[in-house]
Amino acid sequence: MTTEVVKEVHLRDSSLPDNELHAVLARTWATPRGLIGWLSVVDHKVVGIRYFITAMVFLAAAGLLAVAMRLQLARPENGVLGPDLYDQVFTMHGTTMMFLFGVPVMEAFMVYLVPLMVGTRNIAFPRLNSFSYYMYLVGGVMLWIAFAFNTGADAGWFSYVPLAGPEYAPGKRVDFWAQMVTFTEIAALSVAIEIIATIFKQRAPGMRLDRIPLFVWAALVTSFVIVFGMPSVMVSSTMLILDRLVSTQFFNPAEGGDALLWQHLFWFFGHPEVYIIFLPATGFISAIIPTFARRPMFGYLPLVLALIATGFLSFGLWVHHMFAAGIPALGSSFFTASSMMIAIPTGVQIFCWIATLWLGRPVFATPLLFTIAFIVTFVIGGLTGVMVASVPIDLQVHDTYFVVAHFHYVLVGGAVFPLIAAIYYWFPKATGRMMSERLGRWNFWLAFIGFNAAFFPMHILGLNGMPRRIYTYPLESGWGSMNFFVSASAVVLAASFVILAWNIIYSIRKGEPAGPNPWNAGTLEWTTTSPPQDYNFARIPVVGASDPLWTAGGLAEAHGLKVESRELVVTTTAEAQPDLRESSPVPSIWPFLAAVTASATLIGSIFTPWAVVWGAVPVGVTLIGWFWPKSVPEDEE
Amino acid sequence: MRIKLLAVGFLALATAGCERLPKSLDSAGRGAEMIADLFWFFTAVSAIIWIGVVAALIAALFRRRDRTSERNAEETDRAAHDRAARVVVTAVGATVVTLLALTAASYFTDRGLVNLTGDNALTIDVSARQWWWAAEYASSDPSQRVTTANELHIPVGTPVNLKLSSADVIHSFWVPELTGKQDLVPGRQNVLRLIATRPGVYRGQCAEFCGLQHAHMAIIVVAEAPKDFEAWRQRQLAPAVEPATDEARRGREVFLQKPCVMCHKISGTPAGSRAGPDLTHVASRRGLAANTLPFTRGSLAAWIADPQSVKPGSKMPLTQLTADELNAVVAYLEGLQ
Repeated sequence: MTTEVVKEVHLRDSSLPDNELHAVLARTWATPRGLIGWLSVVDHKVVGIRYFITAMVFLAAAGLLAVAMRLQLARPENGVLGPDLYDQVFTMHGTTMMFLFGVPVMEAFMVYLVPLMVGTRNIAFPRLNSFSYYMYLVGGVMLWIAFAFNTGADAGWFSYVPLAGPEYAPGKRVDFWAQMVTFTEIAALSVAIEIIATIFKQRAPGMRLDRIPLFVWAALVTSFVIVFGMPSVMVSSTMLILDRLVSTQFFNPAEGGDALLWQHLFWFFGHPEVYIIFLPATGFISAIIPTFARRPMFGYLPLVLALIATGFLSFGLWVHHMFAAGIPALGSSFFTASSMMIAIPTGVQIFCWIATLWLGRPVFATPLLFTIAFIVTFVIGGLTGVMVASVPIDLQVHDTYFVVAHFHYVLVGGAVFPLIAAIYYWFPKATGRMMSERLGRWNFWLAFIGFNAAFFPMHILGLNGMPRRIYTYPLESGWGSMNFFVSASAVVLAASFVILAWNIIYSIRKGEPAGPNPWNAGTLEWTTTSPPQDYNFARIPVVGASDPLWTAGGLAEAHGLKVESRELVVTTTAEAQPDLRESSPVPSIWPFLAAVTASATLIGSIFTPWAVVWGAVPVGVTLIGWFWPKSVPEDEE
Repeated sequence: MRIKLLAVGFLALATAGCERLPKSLDSAGRGAEMIADLFWFFTAVSAIIWIGVVAALIAALFRRRDRTSERNAEETDRAAHDRAARVVVTAVGATVVTLLALTAASYFTDRGLVNLTGDNALTIDVSARQWWWAAEYASSDPSQRVTTANELHIPVGTPVNLKLSSADVIHSFWVPELTGKQDLVPGRQNVLRLIATRPGVYRGQCAEFCGLQHAHMAIIVVAEAPKDFEAWRQRQLAPAVEPATDEARRGREVFLQKPCVMCHKISGTPAGSRAGPDLTHVASRRGLAANTLPFTRGSLAAWIADPQSVKPGSKMPLTQLTADELNAVVAYLEGLQ
C-alpha cells in the first residue's frame, strides 16, 4: 500500500475547480434533515446561533423581571410585589442575567466567530459543543419552570449560607438554583475547552500568535478564566446541595462548618465571572474599532498583554466582595491593592482604543456609536470600581444601591453595549443582511440616555442609605422621588431593547443584502460568504498579517484537504505551521441523548441522592454510544 | 480643600434636586467623617480621570483631519503613531501613580478606622435575628447590664465597640451617618468601632440580605450628651413600672396568660424569654417591629392584632385576642416607659 494509491482514492480540493469544489464540500458538510438531523447538528454556526437566541430570550425574561422590580420600587410602601415574590424576582433576575444570559451570550459569539476568525471549518470537539448547548438549555428552562411553579430561587444570585442552607431555606427553591449552576457550568467548561483547542490547534496556516485577531485572544483568555474559575462554583454549589440533600454540614457553624467558606468559594468564581463576561466584550470593541477607524489597531501587543494580565489578576480580587464580613485588616488591604491593580490593564486597553480612533478616520455607524457609549459609561463603572476596592469606602457603599449602580455600569456599560455593537457588526455576516441604521440610531440614543438616567441616580440612593434587595422602603426615607425617576428611566431603557429586537426581526427578512464584507473589515470571517456556507471556507486561507484582508495582493490558499470527508488543517500552536490533517466529527444524535440522560440525573438528584446511582447507568450507556470506536481508516499521513 | 470643592461641585451637579448631602456623607461619627473625606478624594480624582478620558475620546473622534498631505502620508502616519505611543505610555504611567496614591490614602484611612477605639470603650453586644436587633450593654456587674432591642443609645464623643454576632443568618449593621457597615456572621464575632461626634437620632438598617423582611429590619441609634445617656441607662436598668390603671393591670394578666410570654421578657414579671425583643421598656423606644412602625397606640394595636399583615413572614405569630384583651395589652405595654 503506497501513499500514491490512497491519494488517488480520495478527492482533494486541489484537484477541483471552484464550482465543483463548492458542490462537493456542501454535500460533505451538510447537516442532515429532519428532527433527528436537527438534534444531531454539530455545525458551530448553528450551535452558536442557538446559544445566541436562547441567551437573548433569557435576557428578555430577566429584563421583564427588572421592570417588575422597578414598578414595585417606584413608590414607597408599594404593593405590586410582596416580599416573597420580590425575593424570587430579584434572585431570578440576577441569576438569569449572570448564568443564563451574560456568560452564554459571550459563549455564543465565541462559538460562532472563533472558527471563522481563525479560518477553520468547524470548532474543535463539535459534538461536545452540541452537548453543551443542550445542557445549558435544560438548566435554564428548568430554573424558569420552577419559578413558574412558585419554586423560584429566593436567596439571591449569590445564595449566601446559612440563608440558602437547609434550615432557613426549606423546600426546593435553592436546590433548583444550585443544580442550574451545575448545568450551566458543564456547558461553559465544555465551550472553554473547545475554544482553547480551536485557537491553539486549528488556526489557518500562517496565523502566528502575533497575528491572532484580538477578539480571538479575548476568547482564549476568557476560556482559561472559565477553566480555572468555574470549578470553584461547581464545587460550592454541589456542597450546598449536599448540605441540603444529605445533611453534610459544610456551611453550618453549629456543626463545625463555616458560613464564610461559601463566600470565599463563590467569589473565587464570582469575580472572575465578571471578567468572563467583560473580556469577550473588550474583544468585540477591539474588533470593531479598527474597522470603523479604518486602520489597524494601535498597540496590538500591549492589548494582548492587557487581556492576559486581566485574566490573571481577576483571580486575586475575590475578597473585595467580603470587606464587611470581618476579614483581617491586613488581608483586606492586600485585596484593595490587587483590585486597584486591575485598573492598569483596563486603562491600557482604553488608551489604545482611543489612540486608534485618533489615528484613524472614524465612520459613525451604529457599532461605533455603541462603542462610544461603552467607553463613556464603562469608565464610570471602572472608577466606581476603584472606589469600592477601597476598604473604607466599600464599608459605606457595600450592599447599597451605589454598588447596584456600579456593577450595572460595568456589566451594561461594559458588556451589554459592546454586545449590541457586536450584534450590529456581525449580524450581516450571520444573516447576509444589514440591520437598519436608522433604527440603530434610535436604539443607541434610547439605550444611552435611558441607561444613564436609570442607573446614575442609584449611586446617590446608595450613599443616602438605601440597601440592596429590599422589597420596599418607608415614605420617611426620602428615597421616593429619585426611585420614581429611576423607574421612569428604566422604561426608556427597556424601549431601546424593544427597538433592538424589532431591528433584528425586521432586518432578517427585509434588510439590505450585505455581501461578504460590508464594513470593509480586515479579519478572516469577512472573506467568506454571508452567511457562511456549512464548510465556512471553500479553500483554507493562508495568513500573512494580523489584518489579512487589508494586505495588498489578497489571501493565499492552502491545498490538499480531502473533500469527501470532513477534514481540517491542524497547525502548530505558536507558529501555525501546517502540521496534520484531522477529521472533524460528523453529526450525531448521541450528544443529545447524553444531554437528556445527564439532565434527568441532575434533576432527579434535586429530590433524591439515589438519582445519581440509577442515573449513572443511562448516562454511561449514552456516553458509550457517543464514544463507540468507529472503524474509520486512520488518516494516512 | 480645593479637591473637595471640586468634588462637591461634581456631585452637586449629579444630585441637583436633593436639598442636602447624602446620609453617609453627612457624617455624625468619626468613622463616617474619615470615610467621607476619602470618598470625596476618590470622587474628585475619578471625576478628573473621567473628564480626561471623555475629552480625549471626543478629540479623537472629531479632530480635524488633514486630507491634503497624501504625499507624505506614510511619514506623517509614523510620526502620529509615535506621538500617540508617547501619550499612551504617559497616560499608563499616570494611571499607576494615581492608583498608588489612592491605595495609600485608602490604607491610612483603614488604619484609622481599625484604631478608632481602644479596648476599654463602651461595649455593646449586638445580636441580630430575623428580623430585629437584640442589644446588651456589657458590664462586669450583671446588675448593670442594660438589655434592649432595635434602639441603641450612645454617649457623644465616647468610643463605642459593638460586638456583633448573629443567631441565625448573616446580617449587616449599618448606620450611614456614624460609620461603615459590618456583617453579623453566625459562628463569628465581629467588632464595629465608632465614635459619635454630633447628637442626634440616626436610622440604619440591615444591609445584608437576610430573608423575607430584610427591608424591615431597621435600627435607631440615639447619640446624646453623656449625662443624658447616663440618665437613660439608669432608667433602662430599672424593672418594669407597675401598671397604673385597671385596664393596664388586666393587660398584664392577658400578656402573662397568652403566648406573648413565650418569647418576650418584661423584667419584674414572670415573663423571661429572650426569643423576641425585651419589652421591659418598650414604650421608651421610638419604633415597633424593628422600627417598621413608629411607637404609637394605634400602631401598637395594629402590630399585636395582626403582625403578619404589618410585616409578612415575621416570626411574631398571630395571637387570638378579643378587642378588650387587645386594648388591655396595648394599655399595659404603652405604660412600659
